[in-house]
Amino acid sequence: MTLLSVEELDARHGFLRAVRGVSFEVAAGETLAIVGANGAGKSTLLRAIAGAHKPAGGRIVFDGHDITALSAHHRVREGIALVPEGRRLFTGMTLEENLLVARRRARPGPWDVEAVLDAFPLLAARRKSRAGNLSGGEQQATAIGRALMTNPRLLLLDEVSLGLAPVAVDGVYRALRGLIETGATLVLVEQDLNRALEVATRVACMLEGEIVLEGPAAEMTREQVVEAYFGLGRPEGETAVPA
Amino acid sequence: MIWVNQIVQGILLGGYYAVLASGLSLMFGVMRIINLAHGDLAVLGAFLVFLFSKHGLSPWLALVIVLPVMGVAGWVLQRGLLERSLRAGPLTPLLATFGLLIVIENLLFEKFGPDERSLFPYIGKLGYDSWTITSQVIVGKIYVLILVVAVCLLGGLQLFLAWTPLGRALRATAEDPDTAELVGVDSRRVYALAAAIAVATAALAGAFLAMRSSFNPYSGSQQLIFAFEAVVIGGIGSLWGTLTGGIVLGVAQNIGAQLNPQWFLLAGHLVFLAVLALRLLLASLGGNWGLRTILGRA
Repeated sequence: MTLLSVEELDARHGFLRAVRGVSFEVAAGETLAIVGANGAGKSTLLRAIAGAHKPAGGRIVFDGHDITALSAHHRVREGIALVPEGRRLFTGMTLEENLLVARRRARPGPWDVEAVLDAFPLLAARRKSRAGNLSGGEQQATAIGRALMTNPRLLLLDEVSLGLAPVAVDGVYRALRGLIETGATLVLVEQDLNRALEVATRVACMLEGEIVLEGPAAEMTREQVVEAYFGLGRPEGETAVPA
Repeated sequence: MIWVNQIVQGILLGGYYAVLASGLSLMFGVMRIINLAHGDLAVLGAFLVFLFSKHGLSPWLALVIVLPVMGVAGWVLQRGLLERSLRAGPLTPLLATFGLLIVIENLLFEKFGPDERSLFPYIGKLGYDSWTITSQVIVGKIYVLILVVAVCLLGGLQLFLAWTPLGRALRATAEDPDTAELVGVDSRRVYALAAAIAVATAALAGAFLAMRSSFNPYSGSQQLIFAFEAVVIGGIGSLWGTLTGGIVLGVAQNIGAQLNPQWFLLAGHLVFLAVLALRLLLASLGGNWGLRTILGRA
């Protein structure tokens, strides 16, 4: 069953078309990894799906409903949660308060503070600590936990490994694998190809605002993805330009 | 002992400044809006309470009606005017609230004329009753009441912000409205709530002004200056800092008045300028010239 359908989506940063006519679908229970180099438009695409970036064109359909015009907080209530790049925690609040903020208008579901602390045991001892004082790994786990507190049907994760020590990335991906095993639907934006390919059921590779390769992760070779990642198969001179 | 009396009177006056300034501080802390019409909204509240009292209603009962009405006015003000002006950049709300200040003052002048008014005749003995602590230290009951209300108001707001889901949503929105939206917080609604609280507290302060003194349609600008000074001295966005700032301002004014009756206002302004100069110095040393640093958000 298709949970998310993105149709001919365009998104701009001023005059720059960051996302150019992107279309794809995500089925319930699937993990889609969107990979690509810096500036490929991955984060803008994810933010547009979450309602944090207003698209310039196209449609976003979630569970059969057109949500293109909905604000971000309404999309949360529909069941879409974004873990933003850079974590974006409320640093003046405690870890627990960060989680509770997301609980206020949450959909009914299994996730509460205790469930998050069970899923991320490293957080239990820091629940009363200010979010600004947490380590990078703890902050990332809190950001994921905060998104889970809304009981999402679709979890969008933007560069969860960025800036983290390898041991912290291991912890975050261990938790993500646990989530995937529960049947969660994930769209994961990641620059780290290996990490993305480890957990994804499907992979989409973006280059200069377009999806240039898409398919089941199991059927894709690493070389194919790397080629698309760097645009090596493209004819000379065919590059995205501001439009 | 006369200096002790001035300090005590200053602390009590600080309670009034804290009530007056709390809304201004809240609006800046949450929405980054310096509401130049804050003092005039206080005076508008004073006039509304005065109108009810003139028609026989107790000022305290009038407050029960006026505070929610002013809260709704704050909500409408945010959704109808400030929200739109915020989209046009940080300077526009300043201009919008300046315009609102002029509109309120002139409407009040049109309706009530230039006469000085007071709620003093409507609050019975409370207006002049006092407790004698020593032969030279006498505290007015109305001033003590205002200080107690200030502490309860700030304490209540603190509890609301710290322990309620809505309070947490307000703090989250104040820190990062875009991310708050991403966790399901309707930031427009939260902004409107903050404006409603701010305007209702301004009206409460206006009623206290009218009970302890007199007011006219143009009293708002002076009240805005007092509120702004208290907020900056205490650190904008900090509730208890607002009380501290109010008390420092009140004590400075009273000590100034003791030295020379004409120095009441001057002493307060000088303390405000000294604090601002210190903040600017610290900002220059730290290389952080953000408005929040200079205005001393805690």
